Amino acid sequence: MTTTSQKPQSRNGIPSAPGCSATDPVVSIRNLRKWYNVGNNLLGIGKKTFLKAVDDVSFDVERGKTFGLVGESGCGKTTTLKVLLGLEIPTEGTIFYEGEDVATMSKVGRKEFRTNVQAVFQDPWSSLNPRMRVGSIVGEPLEIATTNTRAQIKDRVSTLLEEVGLNPYQSNLYPHEFSGGQRQRIGVARALALNPKIICLDEPVSALDVSIRAQIMNLLVDLQEEHGLAYLLVAHNLATVRYMCHGMAVMYLGVIQEMGETEKLFDNPMHIYTNALVSAALPSHPDIQRREFLLPGEVVSPIDPPPGDVFMSRTPLEVDKSHKYANERPPLAELEPDHWVVETPWSIATEESGFKVDLS
Amino acid sequence: MAKTTRTTKKEKDEILSEALDLDTDGFGKSAASSEVVLDLKDLQTHFTTRWGTVKAVDGVSYNVKRGETLGVVGESGSGKSVSALSIMRLVPSPPGEIVSGEVILNGRDLLKLSEKEMTSVRGGEISMILQDPMQALNPVFTIENQVGEAIKIHQGLRGKVLVDKVVDSLKKVRIPAPDTRAKDYPHQLSGGMRQRVVGAIGISSAPSVIIADEPTTSLDVTIQAAYLRLLRQIQQEEGVGIIFITHDFGIVAKMCDRVAVMYAGRIVELSDVRTIFNSPLHEYTKALIESVPKLEEKTGRLPQIEGQPPLLHNLPPGDAFAPRSPLEFTEEDASIRPELCEVEPGHWVQLCRSSVQNFDKYKHLIGNAA
Repeated sequence: MTTTSQKPQSRNGIPSAPGCSATDPVVSIRNLRKWYNVGNNLLGIGKKTFLKAVDDVSFDVERGKTFGLVGESGCGKTTTLKVLLGLEIPTEGTIFYEGEDVATMSKVGRKEFRTNVQAVFQDPWSSLNPRMRVGSIVGEPLEIATTNTRAQIKDRVSTLLEEVGLNPYQSNLYPHEFSGGQRQRIGVARALALNPKIICLDEPVSALDVSIRAQIMNLLVDLQEEHGLAYLLVAHNLATVRYMCHGMAVMYLGVIQEMGETEKLFDNPMHIYTNALVSAALPSHPDIQRREFLLPGEVVSPIDPPPGDVFMSRTPLEVDKSHKYANERPPLAELEPDHWVVETPWSIATEESGFKVDLS
Repeated sequence: MAKTTRTTKKEKDEILSEALDLDTDGFGKSAASSEVVLDLKDLQTHFTTRWGTVKAVDGVSYNVKRGETLGVVGESGSGKSVSALSIMRLVPSPPGEIVSGEVILNGRDLLKLSEKEMTSVRGGEISMILQDPMQALNPVFTIENQVGEAIKIHQGLRGKVLVDKVVDSLKKVRIPAPDTRAKDYPHQLSGGMRQRVVGAIGISSAPSVIIADEPTTSLDVTIQAAYLRLLRQIQQEEGVGIIFITHDFGIVAKMCDRVAVMYAGRIVELSDVRTIFNSPLHEYTKALIESVPKLEEKTGRLPQIEGQPPLLHNLPPGDAFAPRSPLEFTEEDASIRPELCEVEPGHWVQLCRSSVQNFDKYKHLIGNAA
């Protein structure tokens, strides 16, 4: 049933990893680690302590598809995104863009990579410069990365604004003249300006009003179909993830606990942590009274996590301290096709244990 | 360095037994009685701005019964928070002014009280839990100090009795090790714990009504679930009425007994929670519920509400939702100022052709209600 040891075989030069089976990935992340050095004194003497924000994470984002990262705050999902955007330098691990290692790319290659990876941020109030007109905000990427003339840029900005549902004449306005939903549209237009292959969405709708959320989500879905865009979506609302994502990964303390096809994860969540998240999610109707359970304690600090399974300290089940995975990081195992879970004696939710949530 | 939370075996067992004690925590059951504790009548709160008068709350009436949770739902600018601030008389003046209306709490009209009397009501008979616990707590005072302050003012306790009461309040909101936690400062607690402290301050003087203004938006889903459960438990123990201001229909589905949906300063629909979800009449309510993706099933393309929320200083004279309504209607229909009518016992809808389907069925109710 389990395939604990994976043969390291490469596909287009990208090493394979558990859970990564995309046939045509735009971006592949392999064994990514981002550790922050948080303790050792001035002279560098003494024990080094690390905050392990992301610890050995691998996944693929397939062309034209959406991959979602979920988890509580502090689980490393946003750090992963920042590393992909080049805002953080990975401690270890590789990012492959179109099969090519980003770290060893030529100058031209890096530039291409950066034009093709764009971002839309959570807060549409702080992510737009209040002193720039919308036209300059959306046109800025074009000014920097292309050799277009001013007239060409102006044309392109008009098309972009139309595409996201705004009026071309609005390019002369300032961000404060727009509502939250419209500002988020401006953010999307800016991300689209360079015809990227992948857009990183960091909680793109959580700061918006409910009546506007559906508009933005539908816009993103439409643009994806039209341009064959890939999205890496970071969210904590599971319903949003189910609506938008094709594949997803659940992270806890910098480590992926469960990943696979979105529908498989929701039909049969296997890891206790995933079940806890699903059970805590809000119902869509007052008649749905899901069984709800809470994990003991709160999220453990990511500073110097235990060498073994990170979930060990949160599991409601008994932990055998002498078990192999109490001292060694357990790998992801494919428990059903396209559905990978960290399998330890204390991490799998079963009907008998009472930690299994049934959504249907 | 951040403190790692270690759970003792005993705590773990407790949580585990709680976890397995499914559905007994009161969700789905209502603790509501028929005794009205807070009655809001035709409240008008206006703001004077340079664009003219903004009617943030324009004739809003609702009531809360003992042990009941009333959800007030709406998008930003719908007047849900301003109506709550008006109850507490905390609307900044100028520019704000409570123009007319009554707020009757336990038989007294709060709007007629002197400022001094009002001070004893705030935090005493009625208390508020705000969105951001870090802003609600003072970073330079200990938890004990801040929870104690409210108790000292409202109950006049001092010394050892006060400390005991503080620990007691912290216990009520299930803060582990309350006597040591009381000595901590806000920054030493996690977000969920901080919000519990705010809750402890809120319930410390056994209020009749708690106003919770989006208390869980800054929390993680798991912490949110625990906090909602806690509120529900406290409500059952103390019989307090809760006004829950939110824009999340998930919270409404989970927590509320009745729901008031607000749009542009007015209530467009008010009913018990099941009617709101099963047979909403106003197009805005319908659209809001449908536009939320569902966790339980893979949804196809989401229906979306077209257009933007209205600008409050420039509202259409009649039905404010008309410009976004998918129904067919004439300009004349939309220009009539709609009235909130009781279409079925306990189900109030703002009736107008532009926002209610089968309007003709309910037409005869208009004018009778008042």
